Amino acid sequence: MTTWLAQRLVQSVFVVLVMTAIVFVGVNVIGDPVSILISPDANQQERARIVAEFGLDQPLWSQYLSFLKGTLQGNFGNSFVYGMPALQVILSRMPATMELAIAAILLSVLIGVPLGLYAGLRPHSFFAKFMMAGSILGFSVPLFWLALILIMFFSVYLGWLPASGRGQTVDFLGIGWSFFTWDGLSHLCLPVLTLSIFKISLIMRMVRAGVREVLPQEYIKFARAKGLSRQRLLYVHVLKNIMIPVVTIIGLEFGSLIAFSVVTESIFSWPGMGKLIIDSINVLDRPMIVAYLMIIVFIFVTINLIVDILYTTLDPRVRLSRD
Amino acid sequence: MSAHASSASRSEQDEKLPITETPVRRMVREFMASPLAVSGLVVLSVLSLLAIFGPFIVPQNPYDLMQLDIMDSQLEPGAQSVAGMTYWLGTDDQGRDMLSGIIYGLRTSLGVGVISALVAALIGTSIGIYAAYAGGRTENLIMRVIDLQLSFPTILVALMILAFMGRGVMNVILALIIVEWSTYARTARGVALVERRKEYIEAAESLVIPRWRVLFKHLLPNCLPPLIVIATVQVGRSITLEATLSFLGLGVPITEPSLGLLISNGYQYMLSGKYWISLYPGIMLLVIIVAINLVGDQLRDVVNPRRQA
Amino acid sequence: MMTRTLLVFASLLMSGAASAQNLKMGLGGQITSLDPHYHSASPNAAFSYTIFDRLTGTDENARLQPALATSWKMIDPLTWEFKLREGVKFHNGEDFTAEDVVFTFERIPKVTNSPGPYTSYLRGIERTEIVDPLTLRIRTSEPVPTLPLMLQRITILDSKTHANVTTEDFNSGKALIGTGPFKYVSGSSISGVKLARNDQHWGEKAAWETVDYRVVANNAARTAALLSGDVDMIDQVSSADVPRLSTNNAFEVVNATGLRLMYINLDHSRKENPVFITDASGKPLAKNPLTDVRVRQALSLAIDRKALAERVMDGLAVPSMQFMPPDTYGYAADIAAPAADPAKARALLAEAGYPQGFQITLHGSNDRFPNDARVLQAIGQMWTRIGVKTNVDAMPYGPFQSRASKQEFAAFLGTWGSAGEPGIGMTNTLATFDKEKGTGSINRGRYSNPAYDVALAAAVSEIDDTKREQAFQQVMRDVLNDMPILPLYIQKNTWALKKSIAFKGRADELTLPQEAKPSP
Repeated sequence: MTTWLAQRLVQSVFVVLVMTAIVFVGVNVIGDPVSILISPDANQQERARIVAEFGLDQPLWSQYLSFLKGTLQGNFGNSFVYGMPALQVILSRMPATMELAIAAILLSVLIGVPLGLYAGLRPHSFFAKFMMAGSILGFSVPLFWLALILIMFFSVYLGWLPASGRGQTVDFLGIGWSFFTWDGLSHLCLPVLTLSIFKISLIMRMVRAGVREVLPQEYIKFARAKGLSRQRLLYVHVLKNIMIPVVTIIGLEFGSLIAFSVVTESIFSWPGMGKLIIDSINVLDRPMIVAYLMIIVFIFVTINLIVDILYTTLDPRVRLSRD
Repeated sequence: MSAHASSASRSEQDEKLPITETPVRRMVREFMASPLAVSGLVVLSVLSLLAIFGPFIVPQNPYDLMQLDIMDSQLEPGAQSVAGMTYWLGTDDQGRDMLSGIIYGLRTSLGVGVISALVAALIGTSIGIYAAYAGGRTENLIMRVIDLQLSFPTILVALMILAFMGRGVMNVILALIIVEWSTYARTARGVALVERRKEYIEAAESLVIPRWRVLFKHLLPNCLPPLIVIATVQVGRSITLEATLSFLGLGVPITEPSLGLLISNGYQYMLSGKYWISLYPGIMLLVIIVAINLVGDQLRDVVNPRRQA
Repeated sequence: MMTRTLLVFASLLMSGAASAQNLKMGLGGQITSLDPHYHSASPNAAFSYTIFDRLTGTDENARLQPALATSWKMIDPLTWEFKLREGVKFHNGEDFTAEDVVFTFERIPKVTNSPGPYTSYLRGIERTEIVDPLTLRIRTSEPVPTLPLMLQRITILDSKTHANVTTEDFNSGKALIGTGPFKYVSGSSISGVKLARNDQHWGEKAAWETVDYRVVANNAARTAALLSGDVDMIDQVSSADVPRLSTNNAFEVVNATGLRLMYINLDHSRKENPVFITDASGKPLAKNPLTDVRVRQALSLAIDRKALAERVMDGLAVPSMQFMPPDTYGYAADIAAPAADPAKARALLAEAGYPQGFQITLHGSNDRFPNDARVLQAIGQMWTRIGVKTNVDAMPYGPFQSRASKQEFAAFLGTWGSAGEPGIGMTNTLATFDKEKGTGSINRGRYSNPAYDVALAAAVSEIDDTKREQAFQQVMRDVLNDMPILPLYIQKNTWALKKSIAFKGRADELTLPQEAKPSP
């Protein structure tokens, strides 16, 4: 376990190193943030002063070294645009993104698991077949187009739900959440629905496949023969067996939800980190791009870790080592 | 549902079926058993033909600025142009005939999807099979790289790559290949590992047949079926990803819109009721991806009979 | 937890019964900092003008108005004297005096790591002298006739309150204490800011008790927010949404001709071996056709500026051949935008030795200015029609701007937004690129015309306002005969509001809540 963990950590540090180097070179290739940010009223001398202040007059390798030095001291650098520590800017937006991702996962599980159970237990019913065909649609529809259609229908045509922003937030544990207000919930609806459709289809299919695989197995037949009630059979034996794939999916998809927030947050003007990274790329705010990627690596490593640990608890046969 | 019959275990089936049925025939028969999958295949074929022969049938070349007229912009479906041509699906903000634009967009979207999936399959499969065959440190290293890449969301990686390289059809294809090869590599390695232990490879090896021959003549053909399934699904994913990137303003050039870019161009007009600029390309995009997924879904069941339909 | 939830619901009910005295604004420009001296960009400036005041201000046509300074005069070419307003107090009760102005001028160069420092507006100031608490003299190293106009960008802080504050203190709201029409209540640039009226303000009191100041950057989302009642007014209305909003009885669309000129920048930096230009068949050209004034005129005549303004910009632009819009300082009424004349354009091309035309790539951004990518394609159509086969390449603003600054393009869509006078724009965009003199800082085509440089330098340092305006007009006429750039149109600024609100709109892109009133 410890060696495995250490291996993971070394790997992640390596990824971060490679990635930040690529970003440094990449941003340098695209261009010069000063020419984008500077007011056109500025003259040559003022321009040169800013370039020097940002350290952009230094050779690239020396910029990278001073970045590494800063990182070792826990300082990821200041955002060019916001003038604040990049990490702080991103962390201030993180709750909004997390809220969206958590809500989408919750919704997907709450809808996907029962539908999948039903479809697995009664595979020949009309409803099950209908849902299976529908899940293909859910798999296929591009996220951004779904978002547009939902806005058109629910916000513009019906006028029921707001199309943008996060609504009213309430401070809880020092962070603003929109879960707790009616206004906030109504703002959550459309982006969460957009993000969930794919996940609902996915979870439903996983659960259905799981049920279909478990039901014919010997021990279920045995339990049935023993006279266990159908309810108990369902909840204890079947559910327990489909938990592993579902947990994996939730873990992996949580990561993809955070990544896809890039799309949903742009369309719904959701003030999270996905929108922030797009804005930062647009103005070549290098410290922000680097810090964002490092946070993403961190989140992914953590998620994978949690999934692996859950694995062992759910299924003791899996041991924490690969190969 | 006849798919239920096919879900019987493989050994049972082999006993019942006449020896003459080849695996390919069995797959075709089982594939044809699903009307949804067959209709998906039909739609896909029609759309592919449309994409290939599109330039010969469209009323306008939407990629040629000379043929567009800004005075014809944002016309409703069915409107007439200054020159007397009818725009059956209306025009976009540049006076581009939507029907022609959608067919050309389909060409770009399908082309990007298929080419990137094929090249990624080629590269990924080679690396995967090589890893399985080489074993040891090489295999370990390759697998680490694949694991790393798979743990990252494709959209973010593609976004970064395109932000650095700029927009362009070739750049999009390249970005898609970079984010997709690892899926094939992992699958190919998995299948190859299983196949390698089988007797025919051992026999081939003991005959001192050159390594590359064993790899490509014997291992590859046996790894193909699952890879084809992945490739089918990946074409759909590539198309979606390309559309998303173009929607975010990072994909194909603005004068050569793909379906995603057409939707993006029309997005700003949706609130003012000019729905056709976004809606029709969106429907086309949805139809093609659904068709691909229907085909892919059935293929998966056919290739892997242990899974239940 | 239970009480907490109840409290939440209670506060919700209360906020539901919002009074008509609250104004909810949805702004298009992203605020990057609440520090009024950190980054000179219009969204930041607009926000800072709600809480802070400046010595001078401008009216809706960008003409100077008194503010914290009641009057000013030039004592000699190197000295300005400003009389300050009496009895003005900061939100925390401190008095406003000349001391505060001096403090502000000293703070601005100390704000470091700024991507767009405000020092540009203090250029030429050598020192300040406090004559008495309400009289200030500013000495400059060279004549700066535009100083009062420059100072309308500088928000005044309090020497006592802001002695040691940092940019972060502004961002957290702690240091947002000014003399302006609104006080800071709560919020941040991310969540939006809540403002309350300053009843002690020296000027006309704001009509709103409170203001919700929120950024909704996405165009469609902003319009949708207005339609659904999330906000009461929005700015930067997408031209695509204007027809829908103006036909809706619940809303009103307000326009004002802006100060931003969009133009085509042409490459003058290469006499030979041009980039992104080939002959009609795609072979390289030895000579850069853009160095020939007839070619530049042909390209200009090919452009149907009226179609651009009406069809591409959906009416939200005014065709223009000069830097300044009508009714502003420096506008020359006799310079009219020409009508398109493709036949004459072809003739000029043939005369210049390109009867078959040539090929060119037109570059530009696709995410920065209203309809930028559409304008590029439309111009591509128009140029292609006279035989100049045009490839259009639109890219995100970041890479575009960097490459344009390195003279990598043959032709691109450029822009200049003025502060209400043409001198800076004409110096930065068309004067010879010279690092020592600081001229031509955004002269990306590297146009160089010594006669223009001399005439412009003389005009810029002319002290008399009327004579200076006439000099600018003459310089503009002369240089545009040479067609160094192809002016296209001046953007209109747009706002959309509920019918219950009255708002006039401004030439600068600012949306100020103090200027919105309930409809009579």
